[in-house]
Amino acid sequence: MKAILTLDNLASGLVTTIWTPVFVAIFLAIIAYAFWPRNKAAFDEAASLPLREE
Amino acid sequence: MVSGGVFFQRESAMPQPSISKSMTIGESGLAVVFAVTAFLCVIASAKALDAPFAFHAGLSAAASLAAVFFIFNRYYDRPAALPPAEINGRPNYNMGPIKFSSFMAVFWGIAGFLVGLIIASQLAWPALNFDLPWIQFGRLRPLHTSAVIFAFGGNVLIATSFYVVQKSCRARLAGDIAPWFVVLGYNYFILIAGTGYLLGVTQSKEYAEPEWYADLWLTIVWVTYLLVFLGTILKRKEPHIFVANWFYLAFIVTIAVLHLGNNPALPVSFLGSKSYIAWGGIQDAMFQWWYGHNAVGFFLTAGFLAIMYYFIPKRAERPIYSYRLSIIHFWALIFLYIWAGPHHLHYTALPDWTQTLGMTFSIMLWMPSWGGMINGLMTLSGAWDKLRTDPVLRMLVVSVAFYGMSTFEGPMMSIKVVNSLSHYTDWTIGHVHSGALGWVGFVSFGALYCLVPWAWNRKGLYSLKLVNWHFWIATLGIVLYISAMWVSGILQGLMWRAYTSLGFLEYSFIETVEAMHPFYIIRAAGGALFLIGALIMAYNLWMTVRVGEQEVQMPVALQPAE
Repeated sequence: MKAILTLDNLASGLVTTIWTPVFVAIFLAIIAYAFWPRNKAAFDEAASLPLREE
Repeated sequence: MVSGGVFFQRESAMPQPSISKSMTIGESGLAVVFAVTAFLCVIASAKALDAPFAFHAGLSAAASLAAVFFIFNRYYDRPAALPPAEINGRPNYNMGPIKFSSFMAVFWGIAGFLVGLIIASQLAWPALNFDLPWIQFGRLRPLHTSAVIFAFGGNVLIATSFYVVQKSCRARLAGDIAPWFVVLGYNYFILIAGTGYLLGVTQSKEYAEPEWYADLWLTIVWVTYLLVFLGTILKRKEPHIFVANWFYLAFIVTIAVLHLGNNPALPVSFLGSKSYIAWGGIQDAMFQWWYGHNAVGFFLTAGFLAIMYYFIPKRAERPIYSYRLSIIHFWALIFLYIWAGPHHLHYTALPDWTQTLGMTFSIMLWMPSWGGMINGLMTLSGAWDKLRTDPVLRMLVVSVAFYGMSTFEGPMMSIKVVNSLSHYTDWTIGHVHSGALGWVGFVSFGALYCLVPWAWNRKGLYSLKLVNWHFWIATLGIVLYISAMWVSGILQGLMWRAYTSLGFLEYSFIETVEAMHPFYIIRAAGGALFLIGALIMAYNLWMTVRVGEQEVQMPVALQPAE
């Protein structure tokens, strides 16, 4: 089968390729969330959650 | 077997509101389902096409009747009102299923280690087969792997997850009868799987040997497990979902997906044990190792990392070193692990690019694995002196060190040139056991040493000295085991690829087997030490429950104002 630039080929190529940038973007967003300065206090508190419970 | 009193705590003499007693929908519904199941199983047993299926159907009929009896017995014993979610404003934690799972973990652990020792001895002295089909290496080997991974490890994970999710959410476990269904149903799955192996029932997929009916049963149990866990998270009083719960949830969800993906099989008959898998050829192999390696990643890693993130801070009385790192650790493992499976199929019919993909993702796993290890170890900063005095904490910390070691070794072995030497040799066995004995085993022992006094409301363990003996005997056993397998494996690999100057293979296969003999004896000795350590633990935990001092619970009314 020749690789022809049809809408179908373009769509399936896009769908199978799009995951890489999407996953990378999601992962970068998670890193940003983890290091967001405003979240620091909440995370510091969560770090000692096992010590606080009853 | 212990009496039920060990697991069931009589509900305290709380003033019960006077309501008329009736069965819950769960109790009556489940009793009907089990009664029908018992009837169907009797028919299946009578019309079975093969003897093992007749045995399993009969066993299931008996178990279903026992379940009906258990449900009614429990109903008549319990007060009219179900246990309250809170007593005096404090969560009324449900410890019964946790106690049962902890007990079964110790039981299956010893059984699994013992079978491991037997097959290690069979490899050193083949006469130990005794020419009996039921105890051939081929049948005992899956019994060993399933007993240690799914029976021992699985019960540790269920027990600790039910404990951690309640404590860190400050909520009683969701469901009334559902948690019992999970722990009893899971252990019944183990029983069916294990007896099946001995009788020759297997679908021949490594770590997924149970046949179609056991797989279906596990699916029901596992979905219930997920619902109980999620239900507890939904009921939480603590707004934040603690990182350990994320790891447990990933473990539960992913195992469900893996189990369904790897096991779609068509039974030859609904009255026989044999089935055929839907996948064929290399697709089957790829599905198998997608499953197999993610069982490592999500059962043996994510689940036990949840233990690390809860039990080490708790035992060391220190906060997690970096909560941010734990978040990145979690998501990096989730994003990377799922791709690593093809490294089990290097130099096979699997397309080359897929092998390289598996290798690449395995190497990338170095980073989150070591990040997690550092996070676990550094949690001790400010509390390092406790390693000297607390052998339980030492066990937990050494387990994390083994986690680091085996997650360094694994990616290295996934590199294709290294794999060309290591694959099919004992090096793999050594690698697996440094992870299984050192990481999973030790973190489980450490967790059980914490969990048993907590769940049974004891002041502490019966004897820390015995924990110390367990630690050193088991550590010595691991060192003997893995160093013997490294030498044996590399020796074996080098002998296989040695050529003479004329281009002939230098060694016959039997010569490589002969060369491994001394290392097989050392390995069996290491396994024996590990088993002895576990027996010491069983005695210690038993005595903790039997004679351990009760933790004095201050009645709330007598507490001074703070």
